[in-house]
This record gives sequence, C-alpha cells and structure tokens, in this order.
Amino acid sequence: MSAVEEAANEAPAVEAVPKRAMTLGYGTSLVVLALLIIVPMFLKNFFVFQLTMLLIYALAVLALNILTGGSGQFSLGQSAFYAVGAYTSAILMEHMGVNYALTLPVAGIICFGFGFLFGQPALRLSGIYLALATFALAVAMPQLLKLGFFEHWTGGVQGLVVTKPDAPFGLPISQDRWLYYFTLVVSIGIYIASVNLLKSRSGRAFMAIRDNEIAASAMGVDVALYKTLAFGVSAGITGVAGGLGAIAVQFVAPDGYTITLAISLFLGMVVGGVGWLPGSIVGSAFIIFVPNIAEHISKGLSGAVFGVLLFLVIFLVPHGARQVAMVAQQMLGKLKKN
Amino acid sequence: MSAIKKLAVLSAALGLLTVSTSGVLAQKKYDTGATDTEIKIGNIMPYSGPASAYGVIAKTEEAYFRKVNAEGGINGRKINFISYDDAYSPPKTVEQARKLVESDEALVVFNPLGTPPNTAIQKYLNTKKVPQLFVATGATKWNDPKNFPWTMGWQPNYQSETQIYAKYVLKNKPDAKIGILYQNDDYGKDYLKGFKDGLGAKAASLIVLEESYEVSEPTIDSHIVKLKASGADVFVNITTPKFAAQAIKKNAELGWKPLHFLNSVSGSIGSVIKPAGFENAQEIISSQYLKDPADAEWKNDAGMKAWNEFLDKYYPEANRADAFVVYGYTVAQTLEHVLKSSGDNLTRENVMKQAASLKDLELGGLLPGVKINTSATDFAPISQMQLVKFKGETWERFGEILSGDAGG
Repeated sequence: MSAVEEAANEAPAVEAVPKRAMTLGYGTSLVVLALLIIVPMFLKNFFVFQLTMLLIYALAVLALNILTGGSGQFSLGQSAFYAVGAYTSAILMEHMGVNYALTLPVAGIICFGFGFLFGQPALRLSGIYLALATFALAVAMPQLLKLGFFEHWTGGVQGLVVTKPDAPFGLPISQDRWLYYFTLVVSIGIYIASVNLLKSRSGRAFMAIRDNEIAASAMGVDVALYKTLAFGVSAGITGVAGGLGAIAVQFVAPDGYTITLAISLFLGMVVGGVGWLPGSIVGSAFIIFVPNIAEHISKGLSGAVFGVLLFLVIFLVPHGARQVAMVAQQMLGKLKKN
Repeated sequence: MSAIKKLAVLSAALGLLTVSTSGVLAQKKYDTGATDTEIKIGNIMPYSGPASAYGVIAKTEEAYFRKVNAEGGINGRKINFISYDDAYSPPKTVEQARKLVESDEALVVFNPLGTPPNTAIQKYLNTKKVPQLFVATGATKWNDPKNFPWTMGWQPNYQSETQIYAKYVLKNKPDAKIGILYQNDDYGKDYLKGFKDGLGAKAASLIVLEESYEVSEPTIDSHIVKLKASGADVFVNITTPKFAAQAIKKNAELGWKPLHFLNSVSGSIGSVIKPAGFENAQEIISSQYLKDPADAEWKNDAGMKAWNEFLDKYYPEANRADAFVVYGYTVAQTLEHVLKSSGDNLTRENVMKQAASLKDLELGGLLPGVKINTSATDFAPISQMQLVKFKGETWERFGEILSGDAGG
C-alpha cells in the first residue's frame, strides 16, 4: 500500500470541529476577561502567582491546541519547546541583561524556528508515529540542557536563577500582581491572534489538512508548508509561555522540563476540549489544581487519586470542557425560549 | 486602714503588675507561624516522581513530630507539620514553597530535599527572610552564611567527605599514585574539589589520572581499564549507585586491587555492594555519620533502642533496614532541639540564631563521637564522619572520628 493510499484510508486523527465552535461568543468572552482582571485584585500574592501559572500553562495548552486541534498533528514534545523558550529568556536576562519583556519575542522567534525545522522531518510521519518522534524530543531535551558544552550558559544541572521584574513606572503594586497583568496582556494578545489565525485562509488550510490531507492538496493547499508552519506557530507560542514561566518561577533547571510536563500539557488539551481554544484555560486549571486537590485527599496515593479524577473526566465528558460549555449553552437556549 | 497604708499597698500592687507585664513582653515574641499553642513547620518532599524513594524521610519526620506532640509538644506548643509534594520538579518546589510561606504561613521551611529544588527556592526564601533550615542535600554551597544567611545544610557535605579521604591518603600513603573517576556534574565536581583541596599542594604530583563519565553512558568499563593502565594504586570512586556497582565488579574482573575509596552516596549494601558481589568489595573504604540500622553492633545501643521504640509506637510500618528512616529521625530531633532552645522567642531570626549556635550536640542516630556544631560563620552542622572498611558482609568502622569543614 502506498503512503498516499494509507493516508487516504486512515480515519481522521481528530474529529472535525466546525470553525465557529472554536471560540466563545463576545458576551461570554467579556465576562471571562472581566473576571481575570478583577479577581486577582482581591487575592493574596501566592494565589496571584498561581493564577499567573494558570495563564502560562493555558498559553502552552493553546499552542498544542492549534497544532492538534487545528492541523491534526500530535505532539508529545511541547516540553522541549517550553524549555527552549524558558532558557532563552533566562539566558538573555541573566547573562546579557536584556529587559524581560524583550526576551519574550526572541524566545518566540527562536522556538518558531526550532519548531519549523523540527516540522520538516516530522512531515514524513503522522498520527502515533509523529507522537513518538516528538516524545523523543521531549526525553532528549533535559539531558541536552545538562551537557557540559552549554554549561557556561545554562548553568548545567544547577540551572539559572532569574531576577523577578518590579512593576515599572513606580506603580504601587507587588511584583506578582504586575507579572500577572503583564502575562494577562500577553495571553490575550496571543489568544486573539490565534483565533484570527484559525479564522484566516491559513487556518482554513490547517483544518483542511486535518480533515483530509489529499483533498486539501487537491484544493491547492501546500500541505508540507502548512504542516511545518503549524509546528512553527505552536512551538513559538509555547516558547513565549516558557519564557513567561521562567520569569514567574524565577528559576530554570533541566528537571523542570521533563516528559511529565509534555504529558501534562497534552492532558490539559484533552480535558479542555481538543480544538476548542477557550478550553485551554480550563485544561490548564485542571493540570495545576487537580494534583493539589489529589494531594490534599491522600498524600501517599495522590497519583492514584489524580488518576481516578482524570478517568472520571474522560468517561463522563470525553470532549472535555467544550462539551460542558455546549450543554450549558443548549440549556440557556431552552430557558430563553420558555 | 490609713490612707498612707492604702497608697503603699496600691503602689506595691502596681509595681508587681508592671514587673509581671514587662516580664511577659520580654519573654514571648512571635513571627508568623508561631503562637502560644502552635508552631507551623513547612516541608517539601518528592512523594511522587523519580526521587520518590526519599519520601520516607518526611514520613518519619511527620511521625516524629506526632511523638513530640503526644508528649506535650515543645515548650507547650504543638508542632503543625505541613509537608507538600514537589515530585523533584523545581517549578513545583517554588509553588509549594510560596504556598508554605504565603498561604500556610509556616515559621520555617524545614528539610526540603534535593539540590535543584533547593536552588530554586533559595533566593526566594532568603529575600522573604524565612529559614530554609537543614536542607536535605550534600552540596557544599549551602554553607554560605554570608550570601545566604537564611539557608543551612545538615548532613556532611560532599567536599568534607573527600577531604577526609585525602587526609587519610596523605597520612597512610604519602607516595600514592591516585586515579579518580567522577560523575561529570555538580555532585561529582563537588566531591572532586574537596579531594583536591584536601591534598593541597601535593594534588598535582599525586593524582595521575582524572576520568569523568556522563550519567547517560551505559557502562563505565572503559574508564576503569584506562585508570588501571595509568598505574594508579589509589582509586577514588565518585559514582552514583549503579555505576559504583559496575566499577567494583570491573575492578575484580581486571584483577586491579588499588586502595579503593567509595563515596558514601553509594555506600548502600543492598543496592551497590550486594549486586557487585561481596567478595569483590572487600577492603573498600567509605565513610558514615549515621548509625546503620542493619548493623548488629547497635542492637543494645540506647540511641537505636529509642529509635526502635519510636518506630513501634508511631511508625510501625517503617522499613527498619532503611537508612533514610534514621536520617529523618535524627534531622527531626535536631529541629526539635533548635525549637526548644528558641524558648518563647519564636521569631525567624531567633530560630536561625539558635540553629547557628549548636554546640557539641549529640543525637541517638549519630555515630558515637559525631557532634553537631554550628556558628555564625559555620552553617554546616555535621562535618564529622568515621571511615569504614568493608569486611565480610558489612562495613566495619575503624580509626577515630574525622572532620573536614568546607564552605560553599
């Protein structure tokens, strides 16, 4: 069987999601936004820090969502891109004294390049094979970061300590709060850009590839280009998230970016709903808070409790947060009719 | 009663009152995390993930503080021991440390485990002026009171250990030809530095070969062959358990019989010596500072008897051959001592001050003669160890207690 036939017979990796169902309505978006702006004003610094991490992981999940939900390619290697972004920001800040805000676009561009290049060989692979190839990348990354060759820059096993930025212009808010709002602005920017990307010509090309590669190429879509482009965009956004993560945590070390992180992000995407961008934040909340809840229930069996909770979610709402949102919408619709 | 007498009584009563209130004010001082009835102790430990074998340390500590509470607490205050899982992942450690300090409001962060996780929170805790007390890692950098006055180690650090080996070589084999094998990371380099510092000016002439290996290498056989070929008659083996077993086995295969020093990291009989073969490990020298619970010598020892009684009552499911259980017990006792001597002045500053003024403290789990000493300039509580030689199927202690003090 030739590769083409194989591709043609293969069931689509990801269920098709209609374009309009990928985002939230204006009203709901505004409510969520208002909550994200107002709530942190009344929280302790520690919770603000947790919310910052929530936004950062949401960005990383969003990036994976564009890749998998948008173009139908799997990746278990997002932790590698996250690590590259984090180290780029940390090295630029600590060794070269670059302003933290300026390190983010650099991290994004470097990761875009890295993802785009990785996307080239990945073109030959699809489905689970691609997942395995990216898995290899995630496993290799922490060891690469420990290499003596880079040690002068990366700090080896010890990692690098990053200085947390103060609020600019002498604003009377704490570092954590400032960093939260900074992250929020970056996240909203990336979210809007992503929504628009998927609504654009390129986005339609992504989805055409996802739904049927051969049909897409018959329609004149440059399959190779758009597949690698999806990888690049996804890696770039993950890199920005990694950079933000390094600034928020104030520390980068190889042990922070293992395969566990990649799997967490994958988990976040599934729980949030594959292909539904607003679900990213729900998925991110799941991977941050549910382990804490599990630990609270039983310290010795926290892993098992987490497993049970995850199982329940997958069993009851297989489409994740998107399914919950759709059910809620239908119920609201019924209420309006009555 | 005359007016004068009344006045006298009144003034006497007032006087008494002032004396007693000023006494109270001078006595009791608290920071967040301590009250009249409770002291909150925070802890971070990898209960899950690759390093989860260490989780038993915090479980022992938790059991020990239950014992302290059952016996009336410390100066009447109960210990509230809050321990979180970080899975040995530095970003998670930062989150948990912040939770302990800002949300649970613990007085100190006690015995967090691992070099990368502790590095991740060191700056934060020092900025917040929260004690990062008795960290569970052997890196030498925790002994740096000048730059990090809120961070203190506990166990003998790596450099102290190899300094002790170096002293032994200088004394007993002054014309040695030394071959060193070390793991190429911070742990290996830390040990290597201590050894060279210990040899001092003679390091250059005595060391004939320094070989390093990467953790990713499947086997270190070729390095051993090279070391043997160098003609070395002293072998300093700075390797983690898996590689240590390989090295011991390969030595025997090659028939190379140098004076063999094995770092204490790989001193475990169960995971290193036994797989390598008892007959291959005879005469290897290492060092210890805690009593080995599996050693029959301590059967009637008062300190280990108390340890066994404690386990019977508060932690019956513990594995009694596990050295980590002795570790957790002893480090918890050290904290108990520090909190006791802090009295009613439970400020973070005073706790740190008390931790830095331990004088010849001896505890049941430590080898006889090993004493805990700290000062304002010495943040390495345990710096004494005893050499041990492998004979038959156990380590035998020999010689006197040796000390090496290395700063970060």
